[in-house]
Amino acid sequence: MARDDVKTGYKLIGTRPNRPDGLDKVTGRARYGADFALPGMLHAAVVRSPHAHARIVKIDASKALALDGVKAVVTRADLPTGLTGEDLNLQDNTLAGEKALYDGHAVAAVAATSQLLAQDAARLIEVTYEVLPHVTDVDAAMAPGAPVIREGVADYSVPEGMNGNVARHMEFGHGDVEAGFAAADIVREQTYKTEATHQGYIEPHACVAQMGEDGRGEMWVCTQGHWYIRRMCASVLGIEAANLRVTPSEIGGGFGGKTTIFMEPLPLALSKKAGGRPVKLVMSRSEVLRATGPTASASMDVKIGMKKDGTITAGQVFFRMQGGAFPGMSPIGEALPCAFACYDIPALKHEAVEVIANRPKAAAYRAPGSPMAAFAVESLVDEMCRELKLDPIAVRLKNGARNGSKSSYGPVYNVIGLAETLEAAKAHPNYAIPLGKNQGRGVASGFWFNHGGETSVSLAVGEDGTATVMIGTPDIGGSRASIGLMVAETLGIPYEDVRVNVVETGALGVNEPTHGSRATFASGKAAVEAARAAIKEMCKRAAAEWEIDAEAVEWKDGAAHPAGPNAGKFPPMTIGEIGSKMGGSGGPISGHHEVTAEGVGASFGTHVVDVEVDPETGRTTVLRYLVVQDAGTAIHPAYVEGQYQGGAAQGIGWALNEEYVYGTDGRLQNPIFLDYRIPVASDLPMIDTVIVEVPNPGHPYGVRGVGETGITPPLPAVASAIAGATGVRIRSLPCSPPKVLAAIKAKG
Amino acid sequence: MRYHTPRSFSDAATIAEASTGTLRFLAGGTDVLVQMRAGMVQPDDLIDLKHIPGVDRITPTPEGGWRIGVAVPGIVLGAHEGLLRDWPGVVEGMNLVGSTQVQGRATLAGNLCNGSPAADSVPGMVAAGAVVTVTGPKGDRDLPVEQVPTGPGRTSLAKGEVISAITLPPRGKNGGDAYLRFIPRTEMDIAVVGCAVNLRLDGDRIVEARVALGAVAPTVILSEAAAKAIIGTTLGEAALAALAKAAEAAAKPISDKRGTKEFRIEVAGVLARRAAQIAYDRAKGLKA
Repeated sequence: MARDDVKTGYKLIGTRPNRPDGLDKVTGRARYGADFALPGMLHAAVVRSPHAHARIVKIDASKALALDGVKAVVTRADLPTGLTGEDLNLQDNTLAGEKALYDGHAVAAVAATSQLLAQDAARLIEVTYEVLPHVTDVDAAMAPGAPVIREGVADYSVPEGMNGNVARHMEFGHGDVEAGFAAADIVREQTYKTEATHQGYIEPHACVAQMGEDGRGEMWVCTQGHWYIRRMCASVLGIEAANLRVTPSEIGGGFGGKTTIFMEPLPLALSKKAGGRPVKLVMSRSEVLRATGPTASASMDVKIGMKKDGTITAGQVFFRMQGGAFPGMSPIGEALPCAFACYDIPALKHEAVEVIANRPKAAAYRAPGSPMAAFAVESLVDEMCRELKLDPIAVRLKNGARNGSKSSYGPVYNVIGLAETLEAAKAHPNYAIPLGKNQGRGVASGFWFNHGGETSVSLAVGEDGTATVMIGTPDIGGSRASIGLMVAETLGIPYEDVRVNVVETGALGVNEPTHGSRATFASGKAAVEAARAAIKEMCKRAAAEWEIDAEAVEWKDGAAHPAGPNAGKFPPMTIGEIGSKMGGSGGPISGHHEVTAEGVGASFGTHVVDVEVDPETGRTTVLRYLVVQDAGTAIHPAYVEGQYQGGAAQGIGWALNEEYVYGTDGRLQNPIFLDYRIPVASDLPMIDTVIVEVPNPGHPYGVRGVGETGITPPLPAVASAIAGATGVRIRSLPCSPPKVLAAIKAKG
Repeated sequence: MRYHTPRSFSDAATIAEASTGTLRFLAGGTDVLVQMRAGMVQPDDLIDLKHIPGVDRITPTPEGGWRIGVAVPGIVLGAHEGLLRDWPGVVEGMNLVGSTQVQGRATLAGNLCNGSPAADSVPGMVAAGAVVTVTGPKGDRDLPVEQVPTGPGRTSLAKGEVISAITLPPRGKNGGDAYLRFIPRTEMDIAVVGCAVNLRLDGDRIVEARVALGAVAPTVILSEAAAKAIIGTTLGEAALAALAKAAEAAAKPISDKRGTKEFRIEVAGVLARRAAQIAYDRAKGLKA
């Protein structure tokens, strides 16, 4: 595994210093979205549709406006018209237009002098609905005769004859799949389903916003990407991006769900109508579950051909994914490329349709699309391994993608670490522990592309030789610590001398959100470049003082040194000395870098889970869980392990008990954590982790990005472990006790 | 909203009788305050019972039972040696309610009066034969626990009536009780099925038994058929099978977001068997 081009022997990278945000978070001082307050601030409440699908006949706010202390009401009539495409979808989701499209769809909002008053006023806003037929299931929404919930959503890609709820169609592949299936010893075909799940971030959406009559506004908001918030709010409200300044708060989880807007334009619109008084809007948990983005639900056909020795000869998938009432949000474009990304298979055919249904507008959720795809493909691979009595790791090693493999979706992989994760899983003691009665073991691999994206970072040297780094990617998984480590390593100064701040939209060029596992990769790469630019300038200052060429100065251990004996004999000039004199030596020293980051390295992982199933109740207990994943380089290993464990925990929840339960009336039955069953701490064992490091050549320190791959293997791994424990295969998530028990009883 | 802090149950009853709007009693508040915050109820009169002397006490009765004040929280029950010795099934039911924080406030009386079919402390109290004292405008009356809830969120208490104490009977010799619930997770969840068994032995033979099922009907079911299935037996395989069958027959659940009807019926039988075994072992003096 050792490579000549890989640098090791770092001073700081790979260490585990305290997190810079740790003390504030454990003492409660950290300021989250709902912690902001301004003088004269009003509070907002939202009126939401109780119907899954209904025409809005009339909205009468007169009783609410008559209350003393109610300052403004906004409805769709207050928003500009003429929007198109995704801007229109965002506006339609912010406030319903002619129709409410899902249970919880916002219809009106009100601002008042207290939160209780705003809630009272919201109850007084009378909305007259004409209830329409609805559909919430992905297969039902595609069926002939299903109510078409929005006309004209199909784009050019949709073949004729499909139900009007089909918004998008895609297909690609390579090789001759029919020949591949013909060459196989067994060909198996199954259908798998996954329910929608919510990101389950603990902090509900919250913001404080202010906008004057002049159309200039400001917002403090809990988000993964404040430039996205700025652009989307500007589009929905018809204002100029530069006139909206957005500052992100600390963030209590996002997992992709905070890369878009749900209610953020409302306090701006209310503020403008209320004479520029600031307005605060905080969602309740039930609003979060009813009206913010879950991931898509999916129904997936998979067909695989395999030889008796485990060689996979061909694969084929057809995915149907429902991402709510708006087109563009079901992740077919990610699910299809992820489906066979772990394999090098000569013939593959991928096809998918996006379907709309009367559910909330889906948002990104940790490796969007990949967990569903993995559930379908990795489950069937496991079924075939069991049928042919083959070791699941051996089959994956036999067929797995390697350096230089052409990926299932086209590009050729550069340097990847899938095989290394499989070998490490095989060698781990967990894989050899004997299983008892009613116990089973599941193995699955997973993949995420990772992402570069638009990135802008600045760095300023302080008068005392410390460094301040300004980044535009909110820190949801430890990126301040890891970027601080990379900058300190580059500058050759202590980690404690670097402070990384997430700054507002007015302070940097446009940054994409913290999404796609990109923050440590892309902001980190730009921060290293910014530090290098500052180093160059510092070398120049030292050269000027020494009266030698700048090229004759080199930087090491936090100081400028003459580069060799010919450059002259000068004592090293430290960053502190240079900083203290910079006012007289040419002015402030800073570095800046902006780029659409390239050189992304994909991350692969392999999970091994052991479960025990109570055969009398169908209840699954996770006995032990192992995550092995390629980090590239683990800058701060504790954070990397945390990402692995968090991904596994969310995936286990998705596999076992999380689901959106809709009544026959199309209303969400479980918009509360009591009944939307994410795992609690005592449900899970300590999740074992192994960090594999196959450095990414596209990053100065080898970073790949680690946030998302970890949620991908748990869905199939858990279902396969249950199959091992019970002899029954659950092909429709979640593997909830009633479903598992019914399957056990049906088997007899 | 008017907030009242009466110093006696008769004063509480007087305030309650005079109330003309929505009324709630406040003990631990772990249901009422949550419902108020969620906007589900906005009481006109909120009567806090915690200022009444004695509501935070557990006292032995002259007969050898226990009288439990209406504001005694779960965490105190769980630390009470006498109750743990005599009625471990009642205590373990109450201790399953909510989180550690909730345990610091939540009470048996509140869990009972909230009227949830899935209330974890109620099957254990019913199986134990617990009695509540109800104070009303006309004085006190006693009522078996199972007669308090009449359906989801409803009780048989008349206007002006309030529960002033819960009494567990004397344990006597060779007895044991147990409560089990089914949840898909390990905590912080609502019972999909609950079952409490209370029994007494003569030697190895069961001579008395009460079997109560929770979350399988609008109110807790006290199943005589299930009790009869094990009375006179030494809880062998045949008795356990008969018990499971009787519990399944007694269960009248619905399908909802928490579980299907078929699943609840099946699991009612499973839990009855398992709870009976624990109660039996406890009666034998075995650790369980």
